[in-house]
Amino acid sequence: MTTTDLVQLLYLGASILFILGLQQLGKADTARRGVRLAEVGMLLAVVGTLLHAEIITYQWIVISVVLGSAIGTAMGLYIPMVKMPERIALSHAFGGLAVALVGVAEFLRHGAALDKLALTATGLEVFLGALTFTGSLMAFGKLQGVIPGKPVTYRGQNPLNLAALALAIAGVAYLVAVPTATGVFAAVLVLGLALGVLLVLPIGGADMPVVICLLNAYAGLAAAATGFALGNNVLIICGALDGGSGIILGLMMSKAMNRSFRNVVFGAGANNVATEAAPVTGPASSANVGTTDDAAAVLTSARSVIIVPGYGMAVSQAQYIVRDLAAALAANGATVRYAIHPVAGRMPGHMNVLLAEANVPYEQLFDLDAINDDFGQTDVAIVVGANDVVNPAAKSSPSSPIFGMPVLAVDLARTAICFKRSFNPGFAGIENELFTRPSTMMVLGDAKKSLSALVQAVKGELRQAA
Amino acid sequence: MSTTLIMGLYVFVLGAFVGWQVLSKVPHLLHTPLMSATNAISGISLVGSLVAAGSDHDVMTTVLGSIAVTAATINVVGGFLITDRMLRMFKKRPEIVR
Repeated sequence: MTTTDLVQLLYLGASILFILGLQQLGKADTARRGVRLAEVGMLLAVVGTLLHAEIITYQWIVISVVLGSAIGTAMGLYIPMVKMPERIALSHAFGGLAVALVGVAEFLRHGAALDKLALTATGLEVFLGALTFTGSLMAFGKLQGVIPGKPVTYRGQNPLNLAALALAIAGVAYLVAVPTATGVFAAVLVLGLALGVLLVLPIGGADMPVVICLLNAYAGLAAAATGFALGNNVLIICGALDGGSGIILGLMMSKAMNRSFRNVVFGAGANNVATEAAPVTGPASSANVGTTDDAAAVLTSARSVIIVPGYGMAVSQAQYIVRDLAAALAANGATVRYAIHPVAGRMPGHMNVLLAEANVPYEQLFDLDAINDDFGQTDVAIVVGANDVVNPAAKSSPSSPIFGMPVLAVDLARTAICFKRSFNPGFAGIENELFTRPSTMMVLGDAKKSLSALVQAVKGELRQAA
Repeated sequence: MSTTLIMGLYVFVLGAFVGWQVLSKVPHLLHTPLMSATNAISGISLVGSLVAAGSDHDVMTTVLGSIAVTAATINVVGGFLITDRMLRMFKKRPEIVR
């Protein structure tokens, strides 16, 4: 067996371990084992690569690996869970950067000697890598609030983006014909960098979950292109897996918002402009505002409770106190469950992680489809920091921008208690009639403070009853 | 069309197919760990960047390769660590507080 054979076998082993690892990741009780398998796969792939005949000096490899490991470890250990979307966006940026740089290095090293396939793939790799890099930095900026989350739109936006895309493809085609055209190669790189910015500009903060998935897909396609350029199957397989996961999650997110992929990517601007134009009426007058003591009185007599957490809960770090409330109500004999809307956080599955962090067992977490029919038989629905995902207008008002989006039927519960900072509309800027319904009690103020007071009040009532 | 391209397409299409089957079965509960794990796995671009960083071809290649290795390593190490950190928190039943 030659070294090349050994390397290929190691890559094959790595690919098998990655697929098995992802399969195990599909169930909560085997998920950690899945991560172990994928880690071993990565180790095999790296060992295989280090046997590569072209590698003759290890000095810079060691320095870079040590530096990358140090930064990666720090990020892995210290980034708070609420910042996961930002971390994922950043890591897409790193992934795009790495792929783009490998492509540039490959072109500089071999240039004209590359065959047509390798040239096409390298061109696409650099374009997609650059696009993922700047697009992800934009997404990071919007999530972090460094760049305004409001969509930036202007006339001719989509034609401009399509023109940039067409130019880049033409550039790659030209490169295949004239491999020495370094200027064209640079232009493809620049077009990728520019398009990354342009594509994310018109996408509003509320659509970030879809954008993150989309960037994941781009990163995967870029990695697959690298695989084609280098003739490396493990790269192609990983690219396909990564791209596939991005597309699957993106489609799920779009479905959960009743939007098409195309609408999010190309139509977000128009949609949001309409939203802003809608008159904002002050609902505060007709709303039923209660104190934490009022809420406690309702809750102590409740037999069934569903908690609906939203991103607002995560922002005020109220998930721990929500868990305490659930524990107090459960001690009182009530069934307490959580209803998680697919777009409740800022990325797919974000809310589940935040509740898991607060020690909420996942047995109590239910998906939209699994729990939505139960609201009608529920005494109290507690809404913490969620807005659009509980807006009944999505079911009843065809003029609403979110009409048709699947929402949690909180309005069907006997009583809905909503914790909200103020009557200001949420992230997407849409009015919510749930807050003015007679069956709804609004508790205004900082969710964490209100909930702490509520937990004390509930415990107090329970002690009195005992 | 070259055989390399056809073989590559075979691998890509079959990989995407298997990936679709496996990934569409992952429940909402685990979507964030899934994304963070596929992120770590996509750090496999190390395979390309290690060669660039170690080929000692010219300064430019070494510099670009080294930056790429650093970026990819951040994703691999950070991605696996944070995925495991998340999964460690997922518990089926309430913990008995002692």
